[in-house]
Amino acid sequence: MSVVVYTESENGKLKKNAFEVASYAAEVAKQLGTSATAVTINCDENELLGDYGITKVLHVKNDALGTFNAKAYAQVVVSAVENESATVTIVSSSADTKFMAPLLAASLNAGYVPNVVAAPESTSPFTVKRTVFSNKGFAHTAINSEKKVIGVSNNAFGAIENKTSATVEDFAVSLSDNAFSTKSTEIDKVVGKATIADADIVVSAGRGLKGPENWGMVEELADVLGAATACSKPVSDLGWRPHGEHVGQTGKPVASNLYIAIGISGAIQHLAGVSASKTKVVINTDPEAPFFKAADYGIVGDAFEVVPQLIEKLKDFKAQNS
Amino acid sequence: MKILVCISNVPDTTSKINFTEGDTKFDTNGVQFVINPNDEFGLTRAMWFKEKQGATVHVATVGGPNVEPTMRKALAIGADEAIRVNAEPTDGFFVAQQLADVVKNGAYDLVIGGRESIDYNGGMVPGILASLLDMNFVNTCVQLEVDGSTATATREIDGGKETLSTSLPLVVGGQKGLVEESDLRIPNMRGIMQARQKKLTVVEPVDTANTTEDVKFDKPAPKGAVKLANDVDELVNLLHNEAKVI
Repeated sequence: MSVVVYTESENGKLKKNAFEVASYAAEVAKQLGTSATAVTINCDENELLGDYGITKVLHVKNDALGTFNAKAYAQVVVSAVENESATVTIVSSSADTKFMAPLLAASLNAGYVPNVVAAPESTSPFTVKRTVFSNKGFAHTAINSEKKVIGVSNNAFGAIENKTSATVEDFAVSLSDNAFSTKSTEIDKVVGKATIADADIVVSAGRGLKGPENWGMVEELADVLGAATACSKPVSDLGWRPHGEHVGQTGKPVASNLYIAIGISGAIQHLAGVSASKTKVVINTDPEAPFFKAADYGIVGDAFEVVPQLIEKLKDFKAQNS
Repeated sequence: MKILVCISNVPDTTSKINFTEGDTKFDTNGVQFVINPNDEFGLTRAMWFKEKQGATVHVATVGGPNVEPTMRKALAIGADEAIRVNAEPTDGFFVAQQLADVVKNGAYDLVIGGRESIDYNGGMVPGILASLLDMNFVNTCVQLEVDGSTATATREIDGGKETLSTSLPLVVGGQKGLVEESDLRIPNMRGIMQARQKKLTVVEPVDTANTTEDVKFDKPAPKGAVKLANDVDELVNLLHNEAKVI
């Protein structure tokens, strides 16, 4: 009756969120007086999960699962849940997992609560805290079904080291005939650059930049910081930046350690989408911009002066501290 | 092609969020309700299928009589018929089960929902619905083409896009990209007048138990005042020594 956690990997390497969900699963297992079992697919780093409280890894090695497939991956996790007779299953908040988790919940007939930000408040009834209204509120949600699926928010519970040793078992799964009825034909993905979902730091800019030709300095700042780039809704609607960079209530949520907003006034929808970020910095010419009320640090000034100075200062800082 | 667009009735994105009855209920006082933005992108794409490919478009919502103005708006935008499942939408699994019954009875080829509703952000209704009916499913869908019974969908992934080849019957969780913001339609007077005459069927819910229950709500703690730095030296110093984020 262990707790099962699906830990994602990419090209054989565990993703950052894998350590967060593993840590969460270990905490739930502790509360329930049981152990935590991870399920991985084509992963080369299974033993590492032992550093985060996982005692057993079910490893599926299967060439047919080389590319993410929501239906097939859901079947893998269902098999692991059945194998372990688990009642609680933990998953992440990545785009792939949010695609898969509803299929998993339906197959298990499980109550599914996503966007969970803290360890369970109680295990009977099983109650978790999640964000609602796009981070403008929290709900304390009880799951009444026997089986439960919990989606943990990025960068909320955190990765917590908890050294144990994980035994790794090869796990064979039989997939249904129609598991691949939806097939990936092309993936267009930026490589070697932090993504908004995973990045520790996100650098975001808005209409204050006046035009798409001025994004060079935003990208340079992001490069210096190893950050992902993002933008406000008007900027993506104007076509200055791709939709994938739009962060806010109807765009991507941001839950980074540091969020730097340049020339973004701070509409309520934008603030909601980025509010899960731990430290927010605003650079804006207008001291009355609403974002200053929601930020931790700020500079009132012209982005075209402040950002180049900041890039130079950070380059010096990195040189001194490396 | 028969399309069902699933619509959630949600507070406008500018709404201030408050809770009432001992923080157990969302306070609807003074709140303007709209078609969930992610659903509206899907509805607008469905209108394209109607106009270019002769599709029939129905909309469905799970909710009390209070959701009907939002449904009439969808009809005014151009949907042909509306179906309201007469029940409070208490959780995502429940809503998916209700809509699954609507889809089964209406024999829809394509079901378009939103990636998530902007109120409870569950992001599960399209996926659970697809799974219950064993239909194909694509989430965070930003492009959709249908040719006969085959479909090509592009979805947003972390750091990029993925193109998928699939077939009808299909459920998609849509978002901006299915159509652009500038493609969204404001109902005109003729549309509003016609919507009054269009069929809005009320059906009773199927019997099913809730899997989850929101027992209490709260709001984030108020934020302390912003610290303004005079120059970038001070800012970098604060971020390094105080916030410890660089």
